[in-house]
Amino acid sequence: MDEIAVLIGGKAGEGINIAGSVVMRLIAGCGLRAAMYYDYQSLIKGGHNFAVIRGAAEQPYCHREGLDLVLALDQETVRRHHGRLRAGGQVIYDTGRVQEGEGTGIPLDEIVKDEGAPAVTRNMGLIGGFCKACAIPWETVEAVLSRAVPKAVEANLRVAGRGYEAAEMVRPLPARAAGIRVLPAISGNEAIALGLVEAGLEGYIAYPMTPSSGILHFLAARQEEFRTSVVHPENEIGVMLMALGAAYAGRRVAVGTSGGGFCLMTEGFSLAGMAELPVLIVLAQRPGPSTGVPTYSGQGDLLFALSAGQGEFPRPVVAPGTLEEAWYWAGALLDLAWRFQTPAVLLTDKNLGEGMYTFHGAPERPPLPSVRWDGDGGYRRYAPGPDGVSPLASPGTAGAVVKVNSYAHDERGITTEDRATVARMAEKRNEKEKAMAEVLRSYPSVMTAGDPAAGTVLLCWGSTAGVCTEAAKDLGLRVVRPVVLSPFPVEQFSAAIGGAEQVVAVEENLDGHLARLVRAEGYRVNAVIGKYDGRPFFLEDLERQLKGVGA
Amino acid sequence: MTWITDAQNTWCPGCGNFTVQHALKDVFAGLVADEGRRPEEFVLVTGIGCHAKIADYLAVNSFYAIHGRTLPVATGITLANPDLTVVACAGDGDAYAEGLGHLVFAAKRNTDITAVVHDNRVYGLTTGQYTPTSYTGFRGRSTPKGAKERPFNPVELALASGATFVARAYTRRLDHLREVLRRAVLHRGFSFVEVLQICATYNNLTASYHDQAYELDGHDTADLTAALERAREWDYSDGAPIALGVFYEVEREREAWPPMGRLPDHRRREVIRGVLEERR
Ligand code: SF4
Repeated sequence: MDEIAVLIGGKAGEGINIAGSVVMRLIAGCGLRAAMYYDYQSLIKGGHNFAVIRGAAEQPYCHREGLDLVLALDQETVRRHHGRLRAGGQVIYDTGRVQEGEGTGIPLDEIVKDEGAPAVTRNMGLIGGFCKACAIPWETVEAVLSRAVPKAVEANLRVAGRGYEAAEMVRPLPARAAGIRVLPAISGNEAIALGLVEAGLEGYIAYPMTPSSGILHFLAARQEEFRTSVVHPENEIGVMLMALGAAYAGRRVAVGTSGGGFCLMTEGFSLAGMAELPVLIVLAQRPGPSTGVPTYSGQGDLLFALSAGQGEFPRPVVAPGTLEEAWYWAGALLDLAWRFQTPAVLLTDKNLGEGMYTFHGAPERPPLPSVRWDGDGGYRRYAPGPDGVSPLASPGTAGAVVKVNSYAHDERGITTEDRATVARMAEKRNEKEKAMAEVLRSYPSVMTAGDPAAGTVLLCWGSTAGVCTEAAKDLGLRVVRPVVLSPFPVEQFSAAIGGAEQVVAVEENLDGHLARLVRAEGYRVNAVIGKYDGRPFFLEDLERQLKGVGA
Repeated sequence: MTWITDAQNTWCPGCGNFTVQHALKDVFAGLVADEGRRPEEFVLVTGIGCHAKIADYLAVNSFYAIHGRTLPVATGITLANPDLTVVACAGDGDAYAEGLGHLVFAAKRNTDITAVVHDNRVYGLTTGQYTPTSYTGFRGRSTPKGAKERPFNPVELALASGATFVARAYTRRLDHLREVLRRAVLHRGFSFVEVLQICATYNNLTASYHDQAYELDGHDTADLTAALERAREWDYSDGAPIALGVFYEVEREREAWPPMGRLPDHRRREVIRGVLEERR
């Protein structure tokens, strides 16, 4: 497809993330569909940060090795990335920091000084150069920049204008389809936050941890607007237990973390299972074990999410692959958690959460109200109900004594070790899991792409959806992607995988977590292609590896 | 209104937990009778240990939580519904070992919770090990040669952490305990009540408490320095006088976090549309 790929790089602290998102919005503002990958290290100053933005008339969901423009704030950016330029591509660089440059040099220090603008606006000079290189009309630049960087608009525009003057046209943006709508550009974390708010989130509780913090920051900044309380407590143990207290008292709450934080939360996660309390955990993966590689991405926590907590209890686990799915499932999981009174996990990763994409809108969720107590008779928190679901009442309700319990308990919520009751309550929880699987049959629990008749199937989950979809299109393959991973969507999955001759799992881990799960469900997986260096698959890279396994 | 459930009580005869249960029941009943509170407003949160069975025995809303985690649960409940009256009962293992960080932070935030620590200075339900407040030399099943550590002083700790109501009571003084608990529940902000509780089976300190305990009199509860001084009189190991009563009580900002809620459906959709519009 006709596309453009732009990389902007520099040191941490030079505003690369903001610059990248501005380029992203400029491309989107021209009516194209775009995706941004942001690569940064776990440090605050120095090092090497870069963002890659890919734009086309059709939505891109992954990245390629090839680039058309490299915007370099330092020599390191040129050194690392100029070899990726495709024919006709060019480097636009800062003449002050790049000694060995080829392409268009822009004297950012001088411009900033001339314009009396703060040093952080240097990246705007490069962005101006980029706009000229792609023949973006100045009016569009003005309009997008004013919206995207509302602070010090004047200074930013003056610096961008100077970059615009200094550069020359390299290649125009790909043609947009006639009448196409300009779409908003948001990150995966923002999509999750908005999906939660739309579904009636009342509290978000989190301890900062990359790559989930974007949700915390976004919701905290807008809590008055959304009227959702955002709480940052002493640690993840506190996060989880506060969320359970709030859920008990009748609020729809979610928490967010990454693997290390989820380790601490598992105690409360298991409590939620026994006490039958709803809570949604957004688990944004990064490479582990332990602290791992904090600002990079991975898919190594699937089996952990599926089995976290001691004992047996139902927990929906869902891994969206796109912004639209992230938005949709954030809300759908809130509904499911409250309907079935159980914890739920939205499994994302850094590439999806911190990546930015043009957003096409999420589908409507089917209604799934929670089961409320009708006020009749003495209230028993764990009374038998439809599908093992007991009617809910919150403390404060007239005539109800609401008792929840981490111990095995009777219908009133009072501790028991009576063998029949212990067994009956375990069966009650299991019944909820079965009912949940039944309900999920009418949800988009398994997604497919590519050629439905192809014998070779790429099996994937989460954010590798994008690269697999594009590879399948290029190579004539089929993609099968369970979005719901627990309870495993047996029927939808069987239908999607039917007739497969060769199944290749593509995952950002070493072990093949999904492959293991699928094999345990009784299906064949022939090969696993893993990536576990924290970086996403490039399309070319995946296609080479697929050919390597004979796909 | 019956305040006691029909759950079979399994505390040992002579256990101080009975006293705490009666005192709390009387406080709740009293607040219903003369403060117009509804029984449904009370929520009891407990940890794990002998103390925690009170959740089964009192016929009020309860969250029988896990070891060490009463205070974050209580905080969540208060944030979710500030109209509820939340009492968190914890053991000394709960509050001072597993949950110490939560205690310090709950005090720091001054959330409107009453924390009642049943401090029997021994692990009862796990059959007699030392706790953070056991005296030096305590011989428990995990320290057969005697605990070498010094106990810490929870009253001092609560004062240092910013609790706005700090008191100590004793299970062999029911009237005084009841009075202290009532004041604690009525206090707006984080109330901390350290209850010296007799464990009849593993750590019966009745004799020494009988000799050492006295009730504060003429003490200025607004004076933090005086409160700390009184708190330090007894270090939980020696034979010094043990002050009972309210050490400290002040009013301070308490809404650390905004209460939970959401916009009505139609407004929510509008606001979200607006956010997306900004990102075009
Ligand atoms: S072991 Fe001690 S604290 Fe526990 S019930 Fe018996 S007397 Fe009470």
